[in-house]
Amino acid sequence: MQRFTALYQALDETNATGAKVAAMRSYFESAPPEDAAWAVYFLTGRRLKRLVPTAELKQWVLAATGMPDWLLEETYASVGDLAETLALLLDSELAPPESEDMPLHRWVGERLLALRGMEPEQRQHAVTAWWAELPTGGRFVLNKMLTGAFRVGVSRRLVVRALAQASGLDAATVTHRLMGHWEPTAAAFGDLLDPEDRGEDASRPYPFFLASPLEGKPASLGPVAEWQAEWKWDGIRGQLLRRNGDCYLWSRGEDLMEGRFPEIEEAAERLPDGVVLDGEILIWIDDAPAPFHQLQRRIGRLKPSARMLREVPALFLAYDLLEWRGEDCRQHPLGQRRQRMEALLNGMEGAIRVSRPLAANSWTELAAHREQARELGTEGLMLKRLGSPYRVGRTRGDWWKWKLDPLTIDAVMLYAQPGHGRRSSLFTDYTFGVWSGETLVPVAKAYSGLDNVEIEALDRWIRGNTIERFGPVRSVRADQVFELAFEGIAESSRHKSGVALRFPRISRWRHDLGIKDADTLEQVRALLPEQPS
Amino acid sequence: MAEDLIQLSPAGLYCPAGGFHIDPWRPVQRAVITHAHGDHARGGMGVYVSSHDGLALLRSRLPRGSLLRGVGYGRRFRMGRAWVSLHPAGHILGSSQVRVELGDRVWVASGDFKRDPDPTCAPFEVVPCDTFITEATFALPIYRWRPASLVAVDIHEWWQQNAEAGKASVLFCYALGKAQRLLAELAAHTADTVYLHGAMVPLTRTYREAGVAMLPTEPVSELPARHDFSRALILAPPSAAGSPWMRRFRSHVSGFASGWMRVRGNRRRRGYDRGFIVSDHADWPSLIRTIRETGAQRVLATHGRTDVLVRYLREIERVDAAPLVTPYSGEADD
Ligand SMILES: [Zn+2]
Ligand SMILES: [Zn+2]
Repeated sequence: MQRFTALYQALDETNATGAKVAAMRSYFESAPPEDAAWAVYFLTGRRLKRLVPTAELKQWVLAATGMPDWLLEETYASVGDLAETLALLLDSELAPPESEDMPLHRWVGERLLALRGMEPEQRQHAVTAWWAELPTGGRFVLNKMLTGAFRVGVSRRLVVRALAQASGLDAATVTHRLMGHWEPTAAAFGDLLDPEDRGEDASRPYPFFLASPLEGKPASLGPVAEWQAEWKWDGIRGQLLRRNGDCYLWSRGEDLMEGRFPEIEEAAERLPDGVVLDGEILIWIDDAPAPFHQLQRRIGRLKPSARMLREVPALFLAYDLLEWRGEDCRQHPLGQRRQRMEALLNGMEGAIRVSRPLAANSWTELAAHREQARELGTEGLMLKRLGSPYRVGRTRGDWWKWKLDPLTIDAVMLYAQPGHGRRSSLFTDYTFGVWSGETLVPVAKAYSGLDNVEIEALDRWIRGNTIERFGPVRSVRADQVFELAFEGIAESSRHKSGVALRFPRISRWRHDLGIKDADTLEQVRALLPEQPS
Repeated sequence: MAEDLIQLSPAGLYCPAGGFHIDPWRPVQRAVITHAHGDHARGGMGVYVSSHDGLALLRSRLPRGSLLRGVGYGRRFRMGRAWVSLHPAGHILGSSQVRVELGDRVWVASGDFKRDPDPTCAPFEVVPCDTFITEATFALPIYRWRPASLVAVDIHEWWQQNAEAGKASVLFCYALGKAQRLLAELAAHTADTVYLHGAMVPLTRTYREAGVAMLPTEPVSELPARHDFSRALILAPPSAAGSPWMRRFRSHVSGFASGWMRVRGNRRRRGYDRGFIVSDHADWPSLIRTIRETGAQRVLATHGRTDVLVRYLREIERVDAAPLVTPYSGEADD
């Protein structure tokens, strides 16, 4: 594990992307493929789930250090990262070891994965022995693997770039090969870098093409006739594969949604073999999309009940055709792909439909459509160049999202807790409230939107104005007002306030407002779309 | 119960029996100063008392015309009804603990202190007392330091690697104390000249005049605009990070030498490439050890995580402990 720990440190010790890519490249070129495979696995954000409950890890560290648990919690709250906190605390108890040189794949294969079958005492014995074997840096990396959250400050794009450099392949090919179920084996690592493509896994999706936000005027895009416009639906972007008689439904986060949306899988069985569709998973009721929180009821649910299926029926709204008759057709122009897709799906029954383009003869007409977006439960418009291929990732130029301006409210900060990753030592996750009579009711959780200077200032303010602590969460003096921006609002019985905001974030710190100036729940509810009666 | 020998007054820590303040933050007649850091040594006092070793630094930081009096470490002198003496705190050049004796009672105010070896100042002296006023800047058990001499090996290696890659090494650190300590520790590994930000130049000169052996230095400002820094080590205060002053180094790698660098998030948030863990404050084990060694039955904590230290002392060490609210910032960048 020394080599992998050294890679982790090299990535951690520079902010220059060039240096990060170089460090990964040299690792991929020199590490044995069975180790490199696991490195790819972790660096691309995959994790080993359910190895050890974190509560047990804390208990073992308390046992090893003899410190009171409140002290560990205080320390964790200050550091923000559990893996790091535990590694640093153990540092005081364990002398640095002579040397450790078990390769990464054996660490994972023989040790970590074996934890799943162990009794708690066995696990404690095993993990504390490993801690004693490793220097602080290695112990930290081990804890990262145990706790699952493996953030190193490298995006998947950088990993792809390093792999592309190490193999001489282009980035799009590597991105595609890394999609879906990627098995961390020496053979898979070999295939990943193979100059030849040797047939692929039938379940592997294509990399998604992502739109960029349109900042200027749409007229700058040229004649409207060269563009296809459609609603920007607010669901889960997905890819539906029909290959070798099987169906696979992938989310953009590369989770296989198997068993979660049986109505979509059932409809997919009526597709011919060798078809891949790009689209959006939505809850569709009375011929209209339901708010996102309805979809949330279905996301985590395997084998939903008949009642669920009736109450919140799902639909796959197809945007694009990526594979047809078993051929990758991403390089064909969008206009052509769409014609084929419509021919394929027209007249199909069930939970797969085509997302219809909006007819418009001018940008002004489209702008008028866009004005209706919120009423129709969408986020705005998507603009796609009719002559463009289906590209990889967020490539600018051919796909634009032309979103509505966000809604805003002024709300008071009520709670704060530390963030994750590079913000883990700061309070960056906040809960905000609005007035309901004389009390402030929580209405949204938000984190982003402040610059570093403001985040640090707010962090200091929070530390100095804490009223109570509940684990990592602190309640703060009601004093600071923020403008929150969000994409939409819906009724919700699951929230105390009765409303759910979509993508709330801080847009401005309103130093100029006192808490009496914050909005009331009534004012917030006035933003709800009118209910069709 | 007898009156506290040292009390919190609006102007700062006050000794009623001696009629003097310790590191006051508002103008007073008589001020005993533990060390020259800005939050401890402020202008406007009638007369300043400091250790001999700290006098020159203090003079350079105070308004012209301030009245200063130096005393040797360990020498007892009378202030009002109290006997007072200063003892090395090991924090920076000339830093002192203040011992106050009245009848059979002894109080010690530590100022900022550390226990680790430091070639630029006299080592901390354990002064037995009944009540110990301690700092708590790094009072969490994750804070523990490796010897600075070993960190200097890492810094030197980093500098060499950057130099080979044709990049300047810009190491940010506190201008008073930390910079000079690094220059002294690095002298074990090289004789190369190190370049200094203007804020560090006079302070470093004062250290040299006090006889502290350090690497040769040259002010960045005295070099021509086109000077090639590609193999150089430059020391600068954290406030210079991201300023136009940095442009002259072109391609460079940044580092930060501070106790806070023990936590990754602190480094990544500030955007430094590399963190070196070296502090002029006591780490957690030193805080606990020092409190035990003074034999104090009562501890008052200032600076930083007083809440954690106080609770730990009460519950685990079974010492009477309380926080003392002062505006000392604790060197935020230390
Ligand atoms: Zn100080
Ligand atoms: Zn201080």
